[in-house]
Amino acid sequence: MDYLSLFVKSIFVDNMIFAYFLGMCSFLAVSKNVKTASGLGVAVICVLLVTLPINYLLNRYVLQPGALSWLGESFADVDLSFLSFIIFIAVIAAIVQIVEMVVEKFAPSLYSSLGIFLPLIAVNCAILGGSLFMQQRDFANLGESAVYALGSGLGWFLAIVSLAAIREKMSYSNVPAAMKGLGITFITVGLMGMAFMMFMGISL
Amino acid sequence: MDSKLKETLLNPIFKGNPITVLVLGICSSLAVTVTLKGALVMALSVIVVTGLSSLVLSLLRNSIPSRVRIIVQLVVVSMMVILVDQVLKSFEATYAIDKQLSVYIGLIITNCIVMGRIEAFALGNKPFPSLLDGLANGAGYGLILIIVAFFRELLGSGTLFGIDILNRFGYVTNNLVILPPFALILLGCIIWIQRSIQKDLQEK
Repeated sequence: MDYLSLFVKSIFVDNMIFAYFLGMCSFLAVSKNVKTASGLGVAVICVLLVTLPINYLLNRYVLQPGALSWLGESFADVDLSFLSFIIFIAVIAAIVQIVEMVVEKFAPSLYSSLGIFLPLIAVNCAILGGSLFMQQRDFANLGESAVYALGSGLGWFLAIVSLAAIREKMSYSNVPAAMKGLGITFITVGLMGMAFMMFMGISL
Repeated sequence: MDSKLKETLLNPIFKGNPITVLVLGICSSLAVTVTLKGALVMALSVIVVTGLSSLVLSLLRNSIPSRVRIIVQLVVVSMMVILVDQVLKSFEATYAIDKQLSVYIGLIITNCIVMGRIEAFALGNKPFPSLLDGLANGAGYGLILIIVAFFRELLGSGTLFGIDILNRFGYVTNNLVILPPFALILLGCIIWIQRSIQKDLQEK
């Protein structure tokens, strides 16, 4: 699959939010205004871009069945894939910690505006989900996994910023009392997802 | 059983339901609600993981330094998830469990319910109440999953657990129900109904 179609596909067709419901918790919690939403979106893109290629290399050279064959003949049939969850989450937690320290040092204003959400990215399903989908889809090389990371990060960014914009406007509308807040947000996300379904027809 | 334990056990199932009230753990899992069987497997896995990891972390609570607790939690939770995943893999052939489910089982690690209950309950309570709290929250989550899956399978494929219910009466299956956005709209409606009954949950 060439890079461009993988990129477009991971933004629109396989959108993390609308097609797989990944990262919904922070998606719903942080989408109250556009500014913090876009901050979190950028952080998700950065973390995905770093963790996915690292996890790809780990999967390729350590975890896959037969991946350890570069160590010698006797390692050729070792299968460590059952360890992938714990390795992936450890890499993600470590990267998030490093990103947090870098942001705190070089961009203190962004750090204070992101606040608690930065450490929470470690438990954002979109990040771990990206790594697990990467493993399941068996990308051919490092470039493909990086393009997939960028695309799905951008898709997540797009989704959270547009939901935040809709919610800002929605605060002026007259919603039934029992639907206020969470209920109407779910329905809105559902309708946005339906709009995104249109991309499914595109053949790439 | 004294009343406090009973409260711990019953509260998360309806009044303090982790999905519709606390908005935890929507991530990752609505995608498995296309069939009732997938939802049931997912619900059971989450119950096991939340229960056991709450129990283990509650036993360890006095010996974990609070600075590194997130990492310790992630390690314990991912161990439980690996156990569940291995058990499911061994039954995969016998019960024809969907292979796609494996990604979502892995995503239980980052399911906010697990981490949320550990942070909010297990680290401050004795092991037995923590076990109950974990099991009950898993059950509350599973309940919503099963309700959503019931409607999606019934209206989307006209079957329940793969057994034909509506098709024999000439029901034309509705493809929209199978698509991801419908799960969100259904969840919005569940929240609407629950908040119409329990007025104190309504947001201003």
